[in-house]
Amino acid sequence: MKRTRAAFARTGLPGAVAYAILIVVAAAILVPIVYAVLGVFKTNGQLAANPVAMLPNPWVFSNYTDVLVGRNAGAFWREAANSLIIAAVAVIVTVTFASLAAFVFARMVFRGREATYTLFVFGLLFPSAVAILPLYILVRQLGLAGNPLGVALPQAAFALPLTIVILRPFFRSIPTELEDAARIDGCSSFGFFWRVLLPLARPALATVSVLAVVTTWNAFLLPLILLNGADQWTLPLGVMNFSTEYSSDQARVLAFTVVAIIPAIVFYVAAERQIVGGLTAGAVKG
Amino acid sequence: MRAYGSGSRFAARRPAKWATIALFLLPALALYCVFVLIPIAQAAHFSLYKWNGLQPLTDFVGLKNYQTALASDTFRTAVANNLLIVGLSLAIQIPFALGLAVLLNRRFPGRAIFRLIFFLPYVLSEAITGIVFSLLLQPGSFVDSGLRSAGLGGLVQDWLGDSTIVMITLFVIISWKYFGFHMILLLAGLQGIPHEIEEAALIDGADRRQAFRHVMLPLLGPTLRVSVFLSIIGALQLFDMVWVMTAGGPLNASSTMAIAMFKAGFKNSQMGFGSALAVILFVFGLVVALAYQRFVLRRDVEGAVTVYNG
Repeated sequence: MKRTRAAFARTGLPGAVAYAILIVVAAAILVPIVYAVLGVFKTNGQLAANPVAMLPNPWVFSNYTDVLVGRNAGAFWREAANSLIIAAVAVIVTVTFASLAAFVFARMVFRGREATYTLFVFGLLFPSAVAILPLYILVRQLGLAGNPLGVALPQAAFALPLTIVILRPFFRSIPTELEDAARIDGCSSFGFFWRVLLPLARPALATVSVLAVVTTWNAFLLPLILLNGADQWTLPLGVMNFSTEYSSDQARVLAFTVVAIIPAIVFYVAAERQIVGGLTAGAVKG
Repeated sequence: MRAYGSGSRFAARRPAKWATIALFLLPALALYCVFVLIPIAQAAHFSLYKWNGLQPLTDFVGLKNYQTALASDTFRTAVANNLLIVGLSLAIQIPFALGLAVLLNRRFPGRAIFRLIFFLPYVLSEAITGIVFSLLLQPGSFVDSGLRSAGLGGLVQDWLGDSTIVMITLFVIISWKYFGFHMILLLAGLQGIPHEIEEAALIDGADRRQAFRHVMLPLLGPTLRVSVFLSIIGALQLFDMVWVMTAGGPLNASSTMAIAMFKAGFKNSQMGFGSALAVILFVFGLVVALAYQRFVLRRDVEGAVTVYNG
């Protein structure tokens, strides 16, 4: 018996129909992305004359080179660097603070533990947009306006709940025998955390780091209100402003946009397992 | 959220050391309080004042900002738009994601590729996604020409400029970006249900449709609820994509609560009024969160299966 047909039969749909549905949906996802990527190799004339054509004719490379090394390169690389710095700081702070907290929530017993943990879970349940007006004022008062830290620290704070919720069960699953053995060998709590738990938790730490990178890299609202000037913009802000500034030059806007998306796509393909695994663990295990 | 074991099992082993606990917990707790909890509380405080965000907070107006908000047609449109996206997501996007999850819950060639593709839009920045679609939807651009060359020229619309269809356009793009996320969640839920359960139903004489409807779907309940919950929270705080594509226009037709709040606070310097909008948004979230908790708790009390995957 053919495996595929048998497999599809269990969903009540014949194989051909199911494949057709999947292919149509996949095309709906890919066509806009591929069109944008190929559109970069066209002139504005080509884009206007035949918007439906997928393939450029002839291929034009100046849009890409303008963004990467030419006249728009300064803005692009500066914004990429800003995004990178903010994401790096936010991820390091999130993962460090969340690991410490998740360790306490997972392996220590004290009054108020569940209440404190619930306080963090609460952060998962609410729209973070609620906090932005006071945050704008607070970051100004702290003198962090326009400073990468002024964006990275709130980002890290918003990322804490999900990170703690994912790490806690993982830290809990490490056998107590290991902890007892470490203690008999003279390890302190921190020693056990640092030398035993963290090395064992590397896959979970990779997962939460990858998720935090994706969230901070894509963040828009917080940088929009907390950064004040073109030289501080991150990539999503830069792309938005670029698209307004060059609204008549579609090919150039596409180029800037596509170059800004590529790191995310490469990162996704490389880290799909961590991203998918982390989100499903976080949401399914509740 | 389920609490982990009562803890007594561990208590006997090791008395808690408060110094260690404080040292480990304080960094996260401090960061979280300063940048998340306190700002939420401050929003409630600011909302009682008429305030431009610069001068001292002196002009106490009580609940006037809330009255103004609830009486404002612009804000009502924004709330209606958020609720429209919630409704469409639950009625269309999640069933669609569930259907695809069911298709992908079987082994067949190409399955991993489809999963990779369907989830891809989730990792793209919402703002950048919005900009790409704005270009594709410009009058006479890719989408319009595509429809015309397919002989469907009659369907061409002013996708983002027509106040009657702009929300539908936005919903389609939101679904484009997020259905893969829900599909992955539901797929993980389906994979947590042992095959034996479905087979038992089939042996007992159920056809496949019945087995899915009466056996698989109830077992998928917890994951579906998470998916529904995240979808509602996401729809309530919709901002990035709308801001880059329409900025709430034309004439507030695609405004959302977060857009109205942003405009009040940062475009019109009405920090007090904007904070009142934030609190209203918070109340929507609170109602949803409480309903969710209550629903889950009630099912627990009834002894239904709410945990299937560890």
